[in-house]
Amino acid sequence: MKRIASLAAAFVLSVSPLAAQDKPVEILNASYDIARELFAQINPAFTATWKAKTGQTIEIKQSHGGSSRQARAILEGLQADVVTFNQVTDIDVLRDKGGYVARDWQRRFPNNASPYYSLPAFLVRKGNPKGIRDWSDLVRPDVQSVFPNPKTSGNARYTYLAAYAFALEQAQGDQARAQDFVKRLLANVPVFDTGGRAATTTFVERGIGDVLITFEAEVNGIRKEYGDKGFEIVVPSLSILAEFPVAVVDKVAGKRGTEATAKAYLDFLYSQAGQEILAENYNRVHHPAVIERHKGRFPAVRLVRVEEVFGGWDKVTAEHFAEGGILDKVFVKR
Amino acid sequence: MTAAALRIGLRSRRVLPGFGLTMGTTLTYVALVVLLPLAALLLKSAEIGPDGFLRLVTGERALAAFQVTLTAAAFATAFNAAYGLLMAWVLVRYEFAGKRILDALMDIPFALPTAVAGVALTALYAANGWFGQLFEMAGLKIVYTVTGVALAMAFTSAPFVVRTVQPVLESLQPDIEEASATLGAYPGVIFRRVIYPVIFPAHLTGCALAFARSLGEFGAVIFIAGNLPFKTEIVSLLVFIRLEEYDYAAASAIAVVLLATAFAVLLATNALQALAQRHARKG
Amino acid sequence: MSDVASPPIAAHRSRAVPRLLIGLGVVLTLAFVAMPVAVIFAQALSKGLAVYRANVLAPDTLHAIYLTVVIAVVVVPVNMLFGLAAAWLITRFAFPGRKLLVTLIELPFSISPIVAGVIYLLLYGAQGLLGPFLEAHDIRIMFALPGMMLVTLFVTSPFVARELIPLMQVQGADQEEAAVTLGASGWQTFWRVTLPNIRWALLYGAVLCTARAIGEFGAVSVVSGNVRGETNTLPLHVELLYHDYNAVGAFAAATTLTLIALVTLVLKALLERRLERR
Repeated sequence: MKRIASLAAAFVLSVSPLAAQDKPVEILNASYDIARELFAQINPAFTATWKAKTGQTIEIKQSHGGSSRQARAILEGLQADVVTFNQVTDIDVLRDKGGYVARDWQRRFPNNASPYYSLPAFLVRKGNPKGIRDWSDLVRPDVQSVFPNPKTSGNARYTYLAAYAFALEQAQGDQARAQDFVKRLLANVPVFDTGGRAATTTFVERGIGDVLITFEAEVNGIRKEYGDKGFEIVVPSLSILAEFPVAVVDKVAGKRGTEATAKAYLDFLYSQAGQEILAENYNRVHHPAVIERHKGRFPAVRLVRVEEVFGGWDKVTAEHFAEGGILDKVFVKR
Repeated sequence: MTAAALRIGLRSRRVLPGFGLTMGTTLTYVALVVLLPLAALLLKSAEIGPDGFLRLVTGERALAAFQVTLTAAAFATAFNAAYGLLMAWVLVRYEFAGKRILDALMDIPFALPTAVAGVALTALYAANGWFGQLFEMAGLKIVYTVTGVALAMAFTSAPFVVRTVQPVLESLQPDIEEASATLGAYPGVIFRRVIYPVIFPAHLTGCALAFARSLGEFGAVIFIAGNLPFKTEIVSLLVFIRLEEYDYAAASAIAVVLLATAFAVLLATNALQALAQRHARKG
Repeated sequence: MSDVASPPIAAHRSRAVPRLLIGLGVVLTLAFVAMPVAVIFAQALSKGLAVYRANVLAPDTLHAIYLTVVIAVVVVPVNMLFGLAAAWLITRFAFPGRKLLVTLIELPFSISPIVAGVIYLLLYGAQGLLGPFLEAHDIRIMFALPGMMLVTLFVTSPFVARELIPLMQVQGADQEEAAVTLGASGWQTFWRVTLPNIRWALLYGAVLCTARAIGEFGAVSVVSGNVRGETNTLPLHVELLYHDYNAVGAFAAATTLTLIALVTLVLKALLERRLERR
């Protein structure tokens, strides 16, 4: 009996490394929730390019979830070679807790290691029945907003920060009034899902809420996917620049010997082919030729940066998102 | 502990072999699979200290989650107490076409994976679903409300009451009932005075099991609940969210409370069963 | 007809009441229990058979099915052995702490699956009790197959024992004691006397254990990491597709689980009939 048990244990322990050895090169990309369709297009394009260049067949696996959740999973042992997140702080966590990424990860790739950017925008129901034009409409008592849980979703944190920045400007820098504004905004949210995609499902499939706030890319994706429902896009007067940082998880890639492939994969996101796919999916990019070609897709919008309004991510984390911070005061303790 | 147990075992001259082997296997397995992980949980929550523990489990949001979970589980159990008793009675006492199928249907909630049950219930009772539309017309919202949570709990725990009451009802001797019937008692009176007291312990046990299962249900509930703090957030989900927020202290503190509750319900159930057995032996 | 015999006065009611109760039971069960199953198939087939086939045969879905089966194939035999050992110990010997042991064996049954996931995370996670040790030896348990097997092992561990203990208690040890007294060895006694007596209950417990192992969601979702085509079991895959703009695909994947559940029910009914006949 004991021998059987130990045999079973040995089998259990040996299954996963064996499975990994069978395949030639395999890298795992841990990404944010709503990037599912995006990487479903990026990955085959990259593997084809890579095969043509090196003759090597690689397989890219995807894991999607709220980006803070993904960071935690990596800290707990999820073997991700690269991360493509929607928030700088979630990669910083990987750096601070056990050195999973390089200290200077933001300088390893161009543009602060963000191949593309986006902004929180609104999606409203057909004909915009509630007349939603800007952030100030979202705190009206008759408007229900849907966005995910800011505690677990980077997407929702940008929404929170954009609303806060808007209110701060309206109130000429009065922090108390800005806090009151986001508190009223959060009070109008009927459902908090853990990731951006669950929030989309709530708004689209279940018909909850008057406005969905999520990245411009997702907003356009939904409108395309559900053309028959006649959703409309509203871009607010001001929004926040949402960077989508990427990094090689050195600790994992080093162990699995996938550093070169992982780096090439992330480099691909900056190439014209990669930027083209990103822009196709309504992400704003940096490549001049691609920008020129997709000019019509991206309306001009005033974007503020976290660094300008909030004094950087470290400060935002400490003041707003840490345990007992402003978010806890306006969100949980209401 | 093993050695001590073994010694006692040897002293009481057993005829059958295998004491050492089965004791060793069982204890090793229970220790590795059940006790070691539980110890990790208790250790983790011990790190927090009693004050911190109390603060974490009595936070506003945690208290609200406990309230939602307990309320929904209570309603789910109340529904199943009635529904389960009805089904047990119908399946034991009457003969009708399709009875076997009806009997087999009772096990669907156990056989169906909870996540599948969750998406199915949500699709069925959503405002645009088959049943949801009807309820909507009556002005009743189910999905994303406590009613929905209770519904999902009721579904996943439905077989408990039926399956505990059924065998007792089957083994019931008809002679007392016949006697009372001959003496002119009404069926309702017979049921209340003669039948129910006998099946009462089983009924209570079934309800306790259903209640315990409802308290811990996760898969079916999260799809239908809507994750709304203070309104439809259940305790298991709060544990999950705390984990996603890196807040291991809060996650383990709340998990300990859930665990203690489950343990208490289980002990109570075992005590009830023992009582029922003693009762049956006497009768 | 085995209607309850009723007093003459209530004769006119004796048929009305059963009919009412049966009707109520049937209607409630159809609406409450059977409809969710119907809705799964209706949604899965809502875009036609071709789409359904494509969804079920999608590589990620097939891999999820494969992974789910692998987990069940490892977990169920282990728990059958454990169930046999525990039942033999509990029903054939008296020792102090027996009641406590029974409670401990049954404990996983009433623990929330999420809590089950959490306790394993606290033990084997990188931040957990054994985390540093595991990392030093490069053993991966969490967010990989071993972790998923372990939590499944935990949540399904009581099923076989729970079926065997009551049966073996009722059967008593007389036959086995006779065999041993007549000179049979322990294993001979087990194979020739005990096993034939309990084989249907053992199988029954295994069927229940399999159903739960295949359907486990909460505990596995805590320790899986949701890697498409790698650590996604079928129930997790249902959730993933559900959030993928692909409700139809989710329901298609759900039908495979539902079919397994229905097969389980048939097996269970057959085994029950066998058990009853004994």
